[in-house]
Amino acid sequence: MSGVFGEESPDVIVIGAGIHGCSTALHCAKRGLKVLVIEKDHAGRHSSGVNAGGVRQLARHVAEIPLSTYSMGLWHRIADLVDDDCGFTSDGQVLVAESEEEYDSFRARVTQLNSLGFSHEELIDAKELRSLVPAVSETCPGGIVSRRDGAAIPFKTTQAFRRKAESLGVRFCEGVRVTGIKADGSAWMVTTDAGTARAANVVNAAGAWADRIAACLGEPVPLEVIAPMLMITARVEHFIKPVVILRSRKLSFKQFANGTVLIGGGHLGRALRDQNITVLDWVKLAESAKTVWDLFPIMRGAAIVRAWAGIEARMPDDLPVFGKSRIHQGIFHQFGFSAHGFQLGPGAGAVMAELIAAGNTNTPIDGLGIERFAT
Amino acid sequence: MKTIKDVAALSECYDLLIIGAGPAGLAAAATGAELGLSAVLVDENPAPGGQIYRGITTTPVTAKETLGADYWRGTDLVRSLEASKASYAPGATVWSVGPAPDSPDATGGMEVGVSINGAARVIQARQVIAATGALERPFPVPGWTLPGVMTAGGAQIALKTSGLVPDGKVVVAGSGPLLYLLTAQLRAAGAKISVMLDTTPLENWGRAIRHAPDFLRSPYLSKGLKLLLGANRGMRIVRGVKAISAHGDNQVTSVRFRHGSKEEELPCDVLLLHQGVVPNINLANAVGCALDWDEDQLTWVPQTDDWYETSVKGFTIAGDGAGIAGAEGAALRGRLAALGAGHRLGRLSAQERDRTAAPVRAQLIRASRGRRFLDVLYQPAKAFRVPTADDTIVCRCEEVTAGKLRETVALGVSGPNQMKSFLRCGMGPCQGRLCGLTVTELIADARGVSPGEVGGYRLRPPIKPITLGELAALPKTPAAIKAVER
Amino acid sequence: MFRRLPDLGGETVTFTIDGHPATARLGDTVAAALLASGIQSCRTTPVSGAPRAPYCMMGVCFECLVTINGIGNRQGCLIPVAEGMVVETQKGARSIASELPAKGDAA
Repeated sequence: MSGVFGEESPDVIVIGAGIHGCSTALHCAKRGLKVLVIEKDHAGRHSSGVNAGGVRQLARHVAEIPLSTYSMGLWHRIADLVDDDCGFTSDGQVLVAESEEEYDSFRARVTQLNSLGFSHEELIDAKELRSLVPAVSETCPGGIVSRRDGAAIPFKTTQAFRRKAESLGVRFCEGVRVTGIKADGSAWMVTTDAGTARAANVVNAAGAWADRIAACLGEPVPLEVIAPMLMITARVEHFIKPVVILRSRKLSFKQFANGTVLIGGGHLGRALRDQNITVLDWVKLAESAKTVWDLFPIMRGAAIVRAWAGIEARMPDDLPVFGKSRIHQGIFHQFGFSAHGFQLGPGAGAVMAELIAAGNTNTPIDGLGIERFAT
Repeated sequence: MKTIKDVAALSECYDLLIIGAGPAGLAAAATGAELGLSAVLVDENPAPGGQIYRGITTTPVTAKETLGADYWRGTDLVRSLEASKASYAPGATVWSVGPAPDSPDATGGMEVGVSINGAARVIQARQVIAATGALERPFPVPGWTLPGVMTAGGAQIALKTSGLVPDGKVVVAGSGPLLYLLTAQLRAAGAKISVMLDTTPLENWGRAIRHAPDFLRSPYLSKGLKLLLGANRGMRIVRGVKAISAHGDNQVTSVRFRHGSKEEELPCDVLLLHQGVVPNINLANAVGCALDWDEDQLTWVPQTDDWYETSVKGFTIAGDGAGIAGAEGAALRGRLAALGAGHRLGRLSAQERDRTAAPVRAQLIRASRGRRFLDVLYQPAKAFRVPTADDTIVCRCEEVTAGKLRETVALGVSGPNQMKSFLRCGMGPCQGRLCGLTVTELIADARGVSPGEVGGYRLRPPIKPITLGELAALPKTPAAIKAVER
Repeated sequence: MFRRLPDLGGETVTFTIDGHPATARLGDTVAAALLASGIQSCRTTPVSGAPRAPYCMMGVCFECLVTINGIGNRQGCLIPVAEGMVVETQKGARSIASELPAKGDAA
């Protein structure tokens, strides 16, 4: 250990203080482990602080559902975990079908989930859709609802995890960039621009920069750096409670208690990760606006007051890289959440802490490991 | 000059796009067109002139002495634009400026979102000059959100554009040369001003006096003396005012103030506030230009080179938006900015540029003489920048008070951007224009560090709100479609 | 609060404020026309419902937001008033209903 890190070695070094890094740090501390978090900017600076805040089990890939379900349990008592409500509200999320064909595919999905033992998604008809989302366009035949879903405030949440972790003894070093990792006897030596740190376990939660850490460890991954764009309107009269998402056209739509409406859904701007900059693409934002125009006619005169994008990582199969290293003892990966990792944060941190402390977990995480990219 | 009345009439790409038709923008557009550049001047207002020459082609106040000779000087600038080959788009709002997806060369092409009359479009410009000028420094005092309380500049605009004068019991309050100028204009137009509350800290004189020699040789001297002498005739002036508050239920009905050890309350129908102007840096900030904190002007100033190009390639700021230097200086800086852009576009060599610029620079030095004296003398008192009364609203849009901000600093929230997440200050429709400086200075004060260290709001586009309908109808430009297909 | 200087000349336009007929001088912005018509406040805030009136007149403060010809949140100080224009003051968070709001209680 040298530089800002002092003499004493932690048990775990977490690289990256997004929602995942902060959550893993918190859960490790709860298990009595000593944790050091190294963050190149500040906690929640990128996608963890500026995402749409959707807390969603709805429409997830089957491989993610166990992790998501575990996480949802934690969300519903989030204040017990981090002493902060994180702005979490649970008014459900609704996936709207825009055509009969799409509605048929939704029916098939719900049947499949039920056969696998998952019951959080329920098929709803046009009448129930209209009662949940009164403003939705007349032409939509139905949808799927996930009633325990909701939304939270991302920056507040990430900060709350960070604060709670710190109160349990986790050390955060912000503004410090990791430059390399190598084996050092039975432990790992992490080099940074502010000295070196040593620990038996290292968690790679470096988000859009995680491929560089993985490459350093000889486990290259095909990570794409993306910048999903969001925009928000001025306050308008309250007209919708649940979060609304679409499948065929990219949209997520959420009205906050203060009346502002957040419009997202995955249209991408340009991410310049080495400069920490994102550039908006107005033509694609115009597509989002057009989708809202079609779906919610009453939004047509609403004023867009801000648009932005966060930098994050996407994997080719849109699934996270989560679990132990394929080749190294004491190395763990937790990145690549592909624009839907915010909800997973609380639970993924708990499962990761279990993996580190106990060596295994009862929560199924099959199909999420880094070995799927080994060549 | 070609006037553009709807977005469809804009070209796909211009050599030079100028934002703002005040002195700097008018001069930059005319100069750019003279250099043979395809230039378009876009401006939010219905007619040219910016704020200082607001309504110069349309004002109903035709008696020359009311608005004064300095105002009418703007006529020449408008004429030179009219005589040029530049395009001019009035009533046009720029809501986004960013790097073009496919910059045609190394000159840093920009993509610019423009709306005219409810229709939006994205066009390209090889160089952009932002001549976004100045805005009045926020003046957060208790009651400043009441109807009947306005900025002095706002009243001046109502006079210039519509021949309106405040009526009833009018009180003007604050500091700075413009306060005196406006008071003189309003009185010349027949308004009765019951009292002027001058908040200039008396101790500023001691610090300003060493900059006096330059001021004594500057044209500001005679203008200033005339205004001061004029103000003393037939109007009560209270100097050394330390605290002001506006009172009333749904409308201001009285103003309370403290001077020396005395408290007074006067009936008031209109209260006009002013404590100097600061660069309007919202666009520069959203574009990502590096900004510095200026300890004299107590505001953010964009970093620029000799030709006013910012840290963002191809994006230049001319006039008061690059630091306050006044109207005459703004026009000269507009010309220099256009010469710089012309050179970067290969229209004139470095030698030609420098030769043409030399006399302009000499004029600029003369025009700027005496400014430092004014900056120091009229540096507003801290009590009027960082409100002491906890119930004073700082963010007018989201109604966030000074007390709430201080409480939140005490929780460990150390900067304006985290403050936005916690309190929503700066997140209303004005996008932090009216609270940005106050929030920065208040946090700095509470933490005992410099405003430069605290930083300012990181602003998000759109720079001006755009309706969902406008955005949904955004035409796909060939360049944009190409960018999407890549 | 404001009065018009005498003998300005120029054309006048007629428009309505919350259903009441009003006149302005051609070239006035909507905000100036409201000031000239003696309108004390043009909106109430969505946060506390406090009344607000035009403040800066130059497009910066967004206090003069009004509904113009059915479109809400327009900056009154930037838009010239036009013959027959329908101007409505705003109460709290703007209604985004697609039809025009009721024309006030002019009776």
